[in-house]
Amino acid sequence: MQITLKYYVIELSKYLIAFTMLLYTGLALVCNFSKNKKAVSICCSLQSGVLLVLMFLCFLDMTFVSGKEEYLYLFAFITLFLFFMITIVTIIYDKADRVLLNNMCLLSGLGLCIVSRLSFTRAFRQYIITLVSFAICLAIPFVIERFRFFRKLLWVYAGVGIVALLIVLTGTKVNGAHITYTIKGFTFQPSEIVKILFLFFIAALLYKYNDLKWIFISAVISGCFVIILVLSKDLGSALIFFVAYFMILIMSTHNYWYLLTGLAGGAIACVAAYNIFDHVKVRVVAFLDPWTYIDDQAYQITQSLFAISSGGWFGAGLMQGRPWDIPYVDQDLIFSAMCEEFGLLFALCVLTICLCCFYRMMFMSRIIGDKFYQIVVYGIGVMYIFQVFLTVGGGIKFIPLTGVTLPFISYGGSSVLSTFIMFFIVQGIYIKSLKYEKSLDEKNTKPDTKVH
Amino acid sequence: MKKIRNLIQKYIDSSPRYKSMVLINVTVAIFCALFFGMFIYLGIFVSTSTMELYDNSYNNRQELQEQNVLRGTIYASGGEILAESRIDENGVERRYYPYGSVFAHAVGYSVNGRMGIEDYANYYLMHSGATLSERVDNDLENVKDPGYNVMSTLDVNLQQVADDYLGLYNGAVIVTEVKTGRILALVSHPNFNPGSIKEDWEAITSDPKGSQLLNRATQGLYPPGSTFKIITALAFYKQNPDTWEDYRFECTGNIMHDDYRISCIYGTVHGDLDLISSFAKSCNSSFVNIGLSLDRDMWADTMDDLYFNRRLPTDLLANYGRAYVGAASTDYDIMQTSIGQGKTTLTPLHLNMITQAIANGGEMMKPYLIDEIVDENGNVIRSFSPESAGMVISPDEAEFLTELMTAVCEYGTARVLVNDNYTVAGKTGTAEFANDINESHAWFTAFAPAEDPEICVTIIIEKAGTGVEYAVPLAKRIFDAYFGV
Repeated sequence: MQITLKYYVIELSKYLIAFTMLLYTGLALVCNFSKNKKAVSICCSLQSGVLLVLMFLCFLDMTFVSGKEEYLYLFAFITLFLFFMITIVTIIYDKADRVLLNNMCLLSGLGLCIVSRLSFTRAFRQYIITLVSFAICLAIPFVIERFRFFRKLLWVYAGVGIVALLIVLTGTKVNGAHITYTIKGFTFQPSEIVKILFLFFIAALLYKYNDLKWIFISAVISGCFVIILVLSKDLGSALIFFVAYFMILIMSTHNYWYLLTGLAGGAIACVAAYNIFDHVKVRVVAFLDPWTYIDDQAYQITQSLFAISSGGWFGAGLMQGRPWDIPYVDQDLIFSAMCEEFGLLFALCVLTICLCCFYRMMFMSRIIGDKFYQIVVYGIGVMYIFQVFLTVGGGIKFIPLTGVTLPFISYGGSSVLSTFIMFFIVQGIYIKSLKYEKSLDEKNTKPDTKVH
Repeated sequence: MKKIRNLIQKYIDSSPRYKSMVLINVTVAIFCALFFGMFIYLGIFVSTSTMELYDNSYNNRQELQEQNVLRGTIYASGGEILAESRIDENGVERRYYPYGSVFAHAVGYSVNGRMGIEDYANYYLMHSGATLSERVDNDLENVKDPGYNVMSTLDVNLQQVADDYLGLYNGAVIVTEVKTGRILALVSHPNFNPGSIKEDWEAITSDPKGSQLLNRATQGLYPPGSTFKIITALAFYKQNPDTWEDYRFECTGNIMHDDYRISCIYGTVHGDLDLISSFAKSCNSSFVNIGLSLDRDMWADTMDDLYFNRRLPTDLLANYGRAYVGAASTDYDIMQTSIGQGKTTLTPLHLNMITQAIANGGEMMKPYLIDEIVDENGNVIRSFSPESAGMVISPDEAEFLTELMTAVCEYGTARVLVNDNYTVAGKTGTAEFANDINESHAWFTAFAPAEDPEICVTIIIEKAGTGVEYAVPLAKRIFDAYFGV
């Protein structure tokens, strides 16, 4: 009886999970593109329901396959957490964007689910980190609404950012790279948080000064950030900083020649990095000819390709694959693990949700009146989607593998915290600008009524 | 053009706010395009690479499958079992090969690496089509799900005839169906017993002369000897389409050119010859004479059309023939190449494919070993239909070569094949690689019936002497077996 049930649950849940995810993605698209406010509101509520069903199916599946009832506790925790996240945020900030909030819940819920499947102990840590991150971030919109000093701290951002990166660079090596910093058992990856500081620095500087001299200064300081990151072998973050800088530069100057300069400079920098640094060369070699170096430099990427190809469109089913064959699967290559067990259809849906988040941020950035905040939201959107592109594209051999995390989904405290902060900053700015515009509307409409 | 200029002007004149909007839209478009590209790439990757990557030895997912699936059975085209997995009395899973070493290279093995059909169909053999309820039942009874079965193209009768006759000689035999490219028999000697490959592995791999694992039929590179005169004759025909019938040569038993001498086999004086009799009697002197008269670039093109020096159109693990004529060739090289000696090499499979194309009116068919993949209830999961590799020669050229090859078997070197039941068209060859003629490789490649070809046979017997004496009688046995004489 037990065996019979197990088979049916595994087989059925495989298709049900894919279908539920498809449904959620469909609703997300409606929310993003529909102009009908009522429809969007209904879809958002439906989404929250579908989201909980999805989590239920995943954890039910894992409980049956593993026979461990611990998974049910985890499910209870996730359900409560997601439920509170949605209700608390909407109660405290009634202007908060439901569309972005839902997608955020889905991604972090999925992340918890996949990390639970990969490792029980890590899942536990991830739960605590997520909870703490959420608690911290809940205050962000409030702070943004009250205070205006964020645009004045530009040298603080730059100073703290560079010092933090330098500390890591001089610290101990982990896995051949200076990326993390450990104090009393807690491991940080400062580049994740510095990412946000850097963004605020560039936005604050370029929003204030637009002449060539200051653009040059901004380029030199950004260059310092990028070079420190390359030296500490954090190539993915270096690329993210680089791309974010140029996009923000264009955003604040509207001069597309910088795009060409950026592309040319980027190309030269890539060639130089390839020739100077061995760790860059290794990545390129593994990308160009993975099957020749399968037991060495390209081991990680080929194992990732095996995982993706073995999953097919509907996946092997939760806990039916071998994601641990891929080195660092829980951080850099979690997308491949997702492809293997959930299937390609599901994985494409997740990517679509990521794109929806990005699109939503761009949509918000369009209506934000304050130039500084507009740049910040735009920058966060670009950083987010570019990071997704780097990690997913790297894992599927679309581009060379650089080893960055998939925001919300990968295991890792710094990554989860920084992504939460970024999303809540966007929410905070959006709430603030909505209120500001509303007050503007009220000012504008009053005289009108008098005229009529 | 003007429109674009107006648009640009409109953009330049617009407000900073509008410009920001434009940039935001551009950014959205860029990332959507990048992701769209990634979606397509992923879709194509997953739908095309699953089988190939599954077979990679670094992919440990095979272990997952081995826990749940009992490797499928391989059948001959007549339904005979060629390989099957059974659980022996000790509960150990073993692979059984009822015909022992007869199908060694064709069916192959699946432990200590893989070969043959065991390799080509590995993905299917290790995947099960069992329905959900069957899987539940299997799990309850504690048996594995049955993997898909493979219906091969191999014919037990022909394979055994070829294997028997080849006996203790080293060499290879390959028999294909002319119209489809299905491989009916594929023998390579020396062979091995796939059922005990694990136990014999040490002995096989440590044997210094041991090349039992080499599939000579598909990978063995031999000097083609006189069988290469097919290609020389074809090049001559292509370059002299109207005048080839006027070709005359007076054979004196050898030919001299620039101090190099090439002799006919046993020093035979063939006398007055035209092209057909030169070919039928396999006169070396005449063909050296022909080769020296050929335009080298056109000759090289002819060889290129026949897949020399490039990958053969087949999924089998195979080597292609190597031959070079061109500006760098000396006259002596040309003289050697004309009669298939010197640096020229060919695999039996490649020669078989050329012969098959001639028999099939110029269209080469991709040779293949697997007809169908079926589940344990006999439902067809996938069927492999014949695939063309293109017209490698024209129908007219095929007819010309058939005429030449028919002459070989009517009054030429293979006239022992004359019989009442079927006609044969073929070419013998004696590939010399040492001074002693008895140390030569015997070649024969042929198809029958000559007027409406059905099967195509290519044979090489190492160090057996001349093709006439050793390879032709084996071909006769195979044809007799096929036509039920």
